[in-house]
Amino acid sequence: MNLTRFVSFGGIAISCLTILAMVSVQNVKADQVTLNASGATFPGPLYQRWFAEYNKLHSDVRVNYQAVGSGAGIKSFTDGLTDFGASDAAMSDTEMAAVKTGGVLLLPMTAGSIVISYNLPGVTAAIQLPRDVYPAIFTGEIKRWNDPKIAAANPGVNLPDLAITVASRADGSGTTYNFSGHLSAISADFKAKIGQGKQVKFPGVAGKGNDGVAALITQTPGTIGYVEYGYAQATKLPMAVLQNQAGKFVAPTPESGSAALGQVPLPENLRAFITDPTGEPSYPIVTYTWWLVHTDYSAKPGVADAIKGLATWALTEGQKLSPDLGYLPLPDNVAVKVQAALTQIK
Amino acid sequence: MTSPSPTLSPNGAARIDLTKKLRWRSIFSNSLDATVGILTCAAIVPLLSVIYMVLSHGAVHFRLSMLWQLPPAAGMEGGGFGNALLGTLILVGIGALVSVPLGVLTAIFLTEYSRGSKSARVIRFSAKILSGLPSILAGVFIFGVLVVTTKHFSVMAGGLALSILMLPIVILSTEEALLRVPHFLREASLALGANQTQTVLNVTLPTAAPAILTGVMLAIARAAGETAPIIFTALTTPYWIQSLNEPTASMSVLIYNFATVPYKNLIDMAWSASFILILIVLVTNVISHFVVNRSKS
Amino acid sequence: MDPTAADVPESHTKTSWVANDRSKHSRRFDLFFAKATFLAGWGTVVLLAWIAFQIGYAAWPAFQKFQFGFIVGQNWDPNSDIYGALPLIYGTAVSSALALLIATPLGVAIAIFLTEDYLPPAVQDFFKFTVELLAAIPSVIYGLWGIFVIIPITTPIGNWLNDHMGWCPLFSTPSYGPGFFPASFVLAIMVLPTIAALSRTALRTTPIATKEGALALGATRWEVIWQISLPMASTGIVGAAVLALGRAMGETMALAMLVGNNNQISASLFAPANTIASLLANSFGEASGLQVAALMYLSFILMALTLAINAIAEVVLERTGANRQRG
Repeated sequence: MNLTRFVSFGGIAISCLTILAMVSVQNVKADQVTLNASGATFPGPLYQRWFAEYNKLHSDVRVNYQAVGSGAGIKSFTDGLTDFGASDAAMSDTEMAAVKTGGVLLLPMTAGSIVISYNLPGVTAAIQLPRDVYPAIFTGEIKRWNDPKIAAANPGVNLPDLAITVASRADGSGTTYNFSGHLSAISADFKAKIGQGKQVKFPGVAGKGNDGVAALITQTPGTIGYVEYGYAQATKLPMAVLQNQAGKFVAPTPESGSAALGQVPLPENLRAFITDPTGEPSYPIVTYTWWLVHTDYSAKPGVADAIKGLATWALTEGQKLSPDLGYLPLPDNVAVKVQAALTQIK
Repeated sequence: MTSPSPTLSPNGAARIDLTKKLRWRSIFSNSLDATVGILTCAAIVPLLSVIYMVLSHGAVHFRLSMLWQLPPAAGMEGGGFGNALLGTLILVGIGALVSVPLGVLTAIFLTEYSRGSKSARVIRFSAKILSGLPSILAGVFIFGVLVVTTKHFSVMAGGLALSILMLPIVILSTEEALLRVPHFLREASLALGANQTQTVLNVTLPTAAPAILTGVMLAIARAAGETAPIIFTALTTPYWIQSLNEPTASMSVLIYNFATVPYKNLIDMAWSASFILILIVLVTNVISHFVVNRSKS
Repeated sequence: MDPTAADVPESHTKTSWVANDRSKHSRRFDLFFAKATFLAGWGTVVLLAWIAFQIGYAAWPAFQKFQFGFIVGQNWDPNSDIYGALPLIYGTAVSSALALLIATPLGVAIAIFLTEDYLPPAVQDFFKFTVELLAAIPSVIYGLWGIFVIIPITTPIGNWLNDHMGWCPLFSTPSYGPGFFPASFVLAIMVLPTIAALSRTALRTTPIATKEGALALGATRWEVIWQISLPMASTGIVGAAVLALGRAMGETMALAMLVGNNNQISASLFAPANTIASLLANSFGEASGLQVAALMYLSFILMALTLAINAIAEVVLERTGANRQRG
């Protein structure tokens, strides 16, 4: 094969690719706005659904969203690489101060609950875990399933003499942040030994993502771990019934989750951390998740209006899609408050 | 003069009992035949298992319309991965466009112009170290150097990140291929009056072409399946590609996104996308080998 | 009768590139091409230096805080900002070594099987394409295959070995699922195509004349392979192993799903562990502040590890004289 033929073969291949690329480039409408966003993994599927549905109604607004993790989302937003970000953990004061241009506003857009899932062969009823028991399981203090403390809360259930293996998230995650935050709030022992963070040292094994933890739980009998409610619901994982602050045992359902959300008044800056909700019907582990937007988009025409329109739709129509996909709709008063905050975006 | 001995022949050479040794040598040879056959079968089983898993999950749900439709969101029916397919072709195309010429030229420098010298060792060493770079770091590097400075996630950044991953593979395999071209071919060409460049371009490279192609195909296959570098550089989009300065969808990122969520329609699509991805690489492999081997004969 | 111009075949009268080489044009191109290769070669070094610099620069805060104690520290706790790399270095080294230990004999066996005349050429080509194809499977799919196919197989094996031979350090822990063994096995399958394809190329280019000479002298097929083909292909096979090792040490996604993500040092094959690349993949998206610097310090150590292993390999090759061809 001589050089000319090789080069011409390569040249034809490249020209084909280029033509293909150019042909696929659509005529960009004059008023079309494309928003780039990145951030949290947990609400990603819901957001993608919102953006797709909104685009059907308003074809001039397109959003590119990629789940890279809350931390990376905050970073890209702060550096001006994305138009808005998404995070499971609201930005701290230092992080907010680091946003140099455009200011920052946090908007809670949806919420979810975190469930404790387990693998107990032969046990069909949902396990009940009292407030002082489940943090001790996750510190490794309670080591076997037939421990008297667990048995006392589950009369009539035949608990096997099986070792408890804790499965946690290996990747830094907002889910871990919120779960460890809740455990730290209700157990001083957990707070001292493990503490709250996006990546903390649980005993046992760790998996990547909700799917990794779910795989660990289903593979080995005796494993217990934490996953998002939507994930557990879609994959039919058993969910533990937890005792809330009022002393009641509450199963994770959309209703108990919403009840918990409704307990916490939203402060002015819309950063609410619900580490231990009050109220009898409340499920104890719920979290908001936020959009990070600038207050000043004057450098990019059309973006402010696009974001306001998108957010308004998401806070009203979009909330109706949440339950099917496993997310908690925002309580009405919260949605109204967030919509009012949208006027700050220019 | 040595006296006659049963172990030495008249001229002093060792006398071997060929019949006894031959039996052992045959047994040795045959048992190794069996061993290599068994090892190959043992290796083929997991390989076939992976292919089977992709086929059984992916081919089953595949619809032809997936090739030109846009990805669905969670809970929406239908859709496809057309934009991701195009995105991967363009990203890998850019990666190859940058890494193959650079890599081949580097390998030529190593074997033709500086063979055995200290600089060759340094360059080869650098290529080996680069080959151990985790793919995520290639993405992080381009992110820091290109994306942050231009404030864009873009196709170009994604392609460049892939080229960093492909470069060492191309360099090292091309160098091996060039080393195996027999010396007499080069010498004959030079004796006929060609200069070094003409020898390399018209004799050495064409002779090594099939082996170089194997290396290039391995690099392309690797790049097509990489996720982490693309997430940090080309982001993703649910729409068709707009320009080289904007984000793009890609098969590997789509598979990564869809395989890790609990929605069945997305998981099925991830498997179908994996099926098509390896089909595309196979087709590219077969076509390139066909072209290269045809023009040689 | 003397041959005239009409008798000479056309191909011999076409002015070939050979005759024109004295032109200034081709001499200038010759120089240009030589310069281009020089630039490309050193460009690779510059690229590596640039990457190393970027990583080192980002790692600096962590280096200032931990100095070299980072390398022997055993505690990785992002929450308290305490970082120690030893379990990760151990995990990376062991998983890559195991993977290579499994993949190299298998890959070379496949290569031999495909270059000797065990099979008709068409079938050989089919296997060759199949093996090369496997290099294209995304790492995420290998991770899923590991979780759904391999771990259910290795877990009972690990538990059986632990029950019956727990005294041996290699089997001293029960198997929870992910761990060194399933991760290394899947990693071996991932790098197998590289070793098989490149070893096959190396074996194919053994000069036939040498092989036939040996056969004519009465050698059996395997004596030819052991004493002629393999030694002559050794640089190619070692090169393939080097590329495979690089891939193994840098593999992120699949290992993140299979290695267990537990920062501990254990001699047991079935204990969960962690590697540098998979920790990077898991943590980078959410990391900030000192954690990012610590991750970059870790990456720098990985690059240094690759350098060290390659240096050792070079020395070993020098000693065994296998680098003869490179001069």
